[in-house]
Amino acid sequence: MLEDLFKTVKDRFNAEKSETEKVKAPEIPKDLLFKCPRCQSVIFMDEFEKRRKTCPSCNYHARLSWKERLEITADKDSFEPFDEKMNSLNPIGFPEYEKKIKSLQEANDINDAIATGVCTIRGYKTVIGIMDSNFMMASMGSVVGEKITRAFEYATENKLPVILFTASGGARMQEGIVSLMQMAKTSGAVKRHSDAGGLYITVMTDPTTGGVTASFASLGDIILAEPKVLIGFAGRRVIQDTIKQKLPDDFQSAEFLLQSGFVDAIVERKGMRKALSNILRLHNYKKQSDSWQHG
Amino acid sequence: MTLSATQRLEIIREKTRPTVNDYIPAIFNHFTELHGDRLYGDDAAILSGIATIDGTPVTVIAQVKGRNLEENKKSNFSMPHPEGYRKALRLAKQAEKFHRPVICLVDTPGAFCGVEAEKRGQGEAIAKNIAEFMTLKTPVISVVLGEGGSGGALALAVCDELAMLENALYSVISPRGFASILWKDPAREKEAAELMKITAENLVEFGVCDKIIAEPVGGAHNDPSATAENISDYLIEAIGRLTKIDIDTLLENRYQKFRKIGMFTEE
Ligand SMILES: [Zn+2]
Repeated sequence: MLEDLFKTVKDRFNAEKSETEKVKAPEIPKDLLFKCPRCQSVIFMDEFEKRRKTCPSCNYHARLSWKERLEITADKDSFEPFDEKMNSLNPIGFPEYEKKIKSLQEANDINDAIATGVCTIRGYKTVIGIMDSNFMMASMGSVVGEKITRAFEYATENKLPVILFTASGGARMQEGIVSLMQMAKTSGAVKRHSDAGGLYITVMTDPTTGGVTASFASLGDIILAEPKVLIGFAGRRVIQDTIKQKLPDDFQSAEFLLQSGFVDAIVERKGMRKALSNILRLHNYKKQSDSWQHG
Repeated sequence: MTLSATQRLEIIREKTRPTVNDYIPAIFNHFTELHGDRLYGDDAAILSGIATIDGTPVTVIAQVKGRNLEENKKSNFSMPHPEGYRKALRLAKQAEKFHRPVICLVDTPGAFCGVEAEKRGQGEAIAKNIAEFMTLKTPVISVVLGEGGSGGALALAVCDELAMLENALYSVISPRGFASILWKDPAREKEAAELMKITAENLVEFGVCDKIIAEPVGGAHNDPSATAENISDYLIEAIGRLTKIDIDTLLENRYQKFRKIGMFTEE
């Protein structure tokens, strides 16, 4: 089966080349194929895209950019962003930090590792936050912390629910202690929103780890996760080095967390909008309109 | 003379540096240890109970660095499991009920990283402590005694006032971890320690640390009882001050203490 696939790839690839530059070796261009990091199976990129970036073999839900996530989650044209012009400073003077941020801002069309704002989902209005692992593994520094805090404060003031799609390598070490303090700052805002009766839904996506798991990501009233994603506190390699034995493959997977009691439900991408809008409805939030569009 | 982060790192690694086992009897009276999280077990990495200081009942929650290998094995080198953080939260809620100030003594390389810790929700345990301490309706004072390592320290450091012993360090990750992850070279530990800005003086500038408690020349191990006295003097003063503030103001101040930390610009 795999051989067939490679043959087809080769044919397609060759078809795009002119007769004069015949390819000798069966070189596979990477951007034509997706190789699943969980089960190692390989599929065509266009099929992978069509399946909303999920693996047909093991159902791993791969990482999305904030724009891709927004597009499959929010009603069409409903998103109004917050704090798009916030720029991180360099608290400990980490070499080249500003430069790195600038190039990532340009590459990802966003000011830091999270997009926040309001949108509607099947007509239900909600504050939304989407972390983007393309931006420094969506680590949390000053800007991520401030944007999340403001999003919760806005939701508290306007009696809105909050939905966060979490993904992160953890605290942004390049910002030193300031990054650690963002865990306290965001969690404080979550707590105030919660004490005011607000609903907070966490959707854990690949990978949700470190200081983000140890703060706002774990504080949802309802915690959903996408299939097969990585969720944990400590890094797998750190644990492996500590215990000096190999860890089971499903360790720190969404399924592992469901079984240990730390996730309410695993929800597939294709059913996420329905699941989220249903939860909003169950908490008596009112529909803004019945004429929403999607896609 | 101001010492560098590396010099301070050497001082806090001094084998004879006093630990909570030295400080608790020297600072508090009537210490009564209370065990267990009422959910899973009892974590010896966290020692907690009720005591008095200057006649006032307080709840004490402390991370236990061992003074030797045997003690360290028992207290897991001061790296708590989730049940340790849940024990801390149980005691903090109890303190809230009985209107006792909470004193957290922080001294940990970090929360334990292991299979069981993950299974029992290390991330959730820390997150919950952070959120619950933020609105705990009683004064909370945290003192970093040696190492304040990452989220494992923060879980006991959401407080009205954070004090640090003069040579204590508090950081998002150990300098070794920082060097290993960002530079793929753990040997650059010292360079990382200097860059990271992790001394008490640095943390005062960031608005993280509110008070530096003096140590004897050369470090706390040169005179443990004098160090204990300095901690005690600070705690008595701070408790007196914080218990006079009405609870709504106290909680608003606590929220703002963390709310304002962050360095960014907006055009
Ligand atoms: Zn797969």
